[in-house]
Amino acid sequence: MPDMILARLKRLAPQLIALALVLAANGLVSPNFFDLTWANGRLYGSLIDVLNRGAPVALLAIGMTLVIATKGIDLSVGATMAICGAVAASLVAEGQPLAVALVAALGVGLLCGLWNGFLVAILQLQPIVATLILMVAGRGIAQLVTEGVILTFNDPGFAFLGSGNLLGLPTPVILWLAVALIVGVIVRRSALGLLVEAIGVNRRASALAGVKTRFLVISVYLVSGLCAAVAGLIVTADIRGADANNAGLWLELDAILAVVVGGTSLLGGRFSILASLIGAMIIQSINTGILLAGFPPEFNLIIKAGIIVAILALQSPALGSLWAFLRPAPRSPTPAAPDKKELVAR
Amino acid sequence: MTGAAPPPAATGAPLLEATGISKAFFGVAALTDVDVRIERGEVMALLGENGAGKSTLVKILTGAYRLDAGSIRLEGAPIEPRSVADAQSLGIGTVYQEVNLLPNLSVAENLYLGRQPRTRLGFLDGRRMQRDARALLARYGLSIDPGALLGTYSVAVQQIVAIARAVDLSGKILVLDEPTASLDARETAMLFDVVRQLKREGLGIVIITHFLDQVFAIADRVTVLRNGRLVGSKAIAELDRLSLITMMLGRELKEETLGRSGSEAAVSAEPLVSFRGYGKRGSIEPFDLDIGRGEVVGIAGLLGSGRTETARLAFGADKADSGTLIVDDQAVSVTSPETAVAQGFAFCPEERKIDGIVADLSVRENIILALQARRGWMKPLPRAEQIAIADRYIKALDIRTAHRDLPIKFLSGGNQQKAILARWLATDPRFLILDEPTRGIDVGAHAEIIRLIEDLRARGLSLLVVSSELEELVAYASRVVVLADHRHVAELSGEAMNPSAIMAAIARPHGSAEPATREVAA
Repeated sequence: MPDMILARLKRLAPQLIALALVLAANGLVSPNFFDLTWANGRLYGSLIDVLNRGAPVALLAIGMTLVIATKGIDLSVGATMAICGAVAASLVAEGQPLAVALVAALGVGLLCGLWNGFLVAILQLQPIVATLILMVAGRGIAQLVTEGVILTFNDPGFAFLGSGNLLGLPTPVILWLAVALIVGVIVRRSALGLLVEAIGVNRRASALAGVKTRFLVISVYLVSGLCAAVAGLIVTADIRGADANNAGLWLELDAILAVVVGGTSLLGGRFSILASLIGAMIIQSINTGILLAGFPPEFNLIIKAGIIVAILALQSPALGSLWAFLRPAPRSPTPAAPDKKELVAR
Repeated sequence: MTGAAPPPAATGAPLLEATGISKAFFGVAALTDVDVRIERGEVMALLGENGAGKSTLVKILTGAYRLDAGSIRLEGAPIEPRSVADAQSLGIGTVYQEVNLLPNLSVAENLYLGRQPRTRLGFLDGRRMQRDARALLARYGLSIDPGALLGTYSVAVQQIVAIARAVDLSGKILVLDEPTASLDARETAMLFDVVRQLKREGLGIVIITHFLDQVFAIADRVTVLRNGRLVGSKAIAELDRLSLITMMLGRELKEETLGRSGSEAAVSAEPLVSFRGYGKRGSIEPFDLDIGRGEVVGIAGLLGSGRTETARLAFGADKADSGTLIVDDQAVSVTSPETAVAQGFAFCPEERKIDGIVADLSVRENIILALQARRGWMKPLPRAEQIAIADRYIKALDIRTAHRDLPIKFLSGGNQQKAILARWLATDPRFLILDEPTRGIDVGAHAEIIRLIEDLRARGLSLLVVSSELEELVAYASRVVVLADHRHVAELSGEAMNPSAIMAAIARPHGSAEPATREVAA
């Protein structure tokens, strides 16, 4: 058992180191970055802010990790957020009970996932094309729902999802932690994780081994749609209004980035939801750090891109072999061949 | 001895000499202190079981891997190829088993990819490229249209185009990694003509193959590796088949020991699986086939005769559009691998790398995959049980792996094949379909797989085995179905079932209306 924990730590090491470095840099530019205070029944501080602001991308990254593990990609999650937020806001504005609005929004998220899953698994479209359809059309659907305006509402229960507190933390933090825990436990306690990885590595061989590839591929898009729905509810609740044009705009790209920074290969296969979540927090820490540093806003995106290039370069295989090359005498871990060392030293 | 252009500095020194080569992966030694030498105008066959280190050695010589220890000298001068391109420019070219060319480009573009001739203005000079390509191919006796897409030609032609490119780029040493694995006899002869011509031109040629007949047909010298160490290097004239196999296996192997087992064994009367009028348009004509409990039925035929199609249809990997399937006296519908697995069917496909292994997953995960898929995602196999199953089959089938959690891609071909077999045996099947189970694996693993087939038959499993190794097929099968032109053309059993009868059945002209003949000796 300790071996497995050690192996997991080793897998997460690059992400944890990157997060630590980014947080340390934030501590340098803003000396009270690590301060936490308790007020009004919850914690306040920049760290809490990172967890809170990072909620949408963290939620999207959970579903995106599973989709990418099957060698797919889901570009539609930003648009799905907008649709689900619009559906919830319009129902609440109509005076429907909050529970109805929430269930409807989650149902619409599942429907979006089902649509993507149908295109990818049944019609066998390339995932990038299949999900591009909803990415483009989704904004239009959301505008139809909001009838072209920013649909505002005043329901304290709904607003609580975006700006309330639960257990001393902002509600969005609890929400993404809960979704991550549920999905993580289901995926790793069942055989879902293994089967999803098998599909991502070799779909043909998996199908021939009797793996229900269609069902599983549809499932991961369903999870992605559901995660996007929760993220959409949070951003809508946060501003107390559904903005069809801007809710979740470009967040699919941040989510993909979070997964990639988390070390899951876009070629599918081995995945780690935890690593993707750390990736999401790295991205949010960079965002927060740049804001706190007070750089002119026009530099923000460039600095962010620079830091991400650095993180990805650290993980790159090319740099890995360079690192192995720079290390002194590559020695074989088996003690069987000590006589070879002088040959190696050459 | 020397070719057309004798190199200046190197009289006396061998063309290529590698000494003390060692290489380890993840602490597992793949090569230990291997010496190898190649002379000008010589064909050297590099032999060994799977996992003996042939591929590793070749990849070191051609720059794909860096060596841990040792040195390589080309014409007496030390070299350290850092990449395949580097090795190419030094003069060492490679042609792999799977042709590494681009079927969607023209022959000429493939030959000159990355070094296309240009006009004075810097544009690609297509006309000159075509002309050069035609001249180059003519040297190999190929008169094909260099402007046509490479993919439209047979694998043999593609192989020769690959050789032409490699020789044109490199010109001193040519490494051929299993060049004949997917060629028929005529194509192999064509390829060997090219090899002999290059030999006359003074190239040093390294050839890796599993076909011993071909070794004796083409090689001048044989170098044998075993478990990553050099066993020896001998002139072919000093060797006979038995001594060569003995070198490879490191033990005495009686060559023609395959006795008839399947045909003599009592086969239970009632069939387990019966196909009636089973077929798929454009793939395989409707056929009838019964397979009894504890019976092995063989399928023989040329490549493209419908062998693989029959196997895939039987497993539901392709959907039948006519006929019925009766299992255990009940009509069942097998329309997908899932439904086949539910009936206790299992299928080891021919293309191990594409359809078999899940490369990045561990040996353990590969072994439990089919069992887990059958249980469904909601009922995970507990880890302890996974480990127990994996360890049991690793031991029972002698799967050589450093650890059960090593990604399966690091195993040799024969061990991967055994792991795929383990995957299916773990599901406790009653009907096992094997498509070319011994293809591309070495002599030792060959014998083990055949022993396993006989074990499984003795345990009451029904097997359908597609194989082009006719000697083996008649040894373990009780009947052999012969396919030609996507039809079952004959079914042989008893004394009528022997390799020459099978070949005669394949070669016989087939009238389309004529029903399949049955030949059973009294």
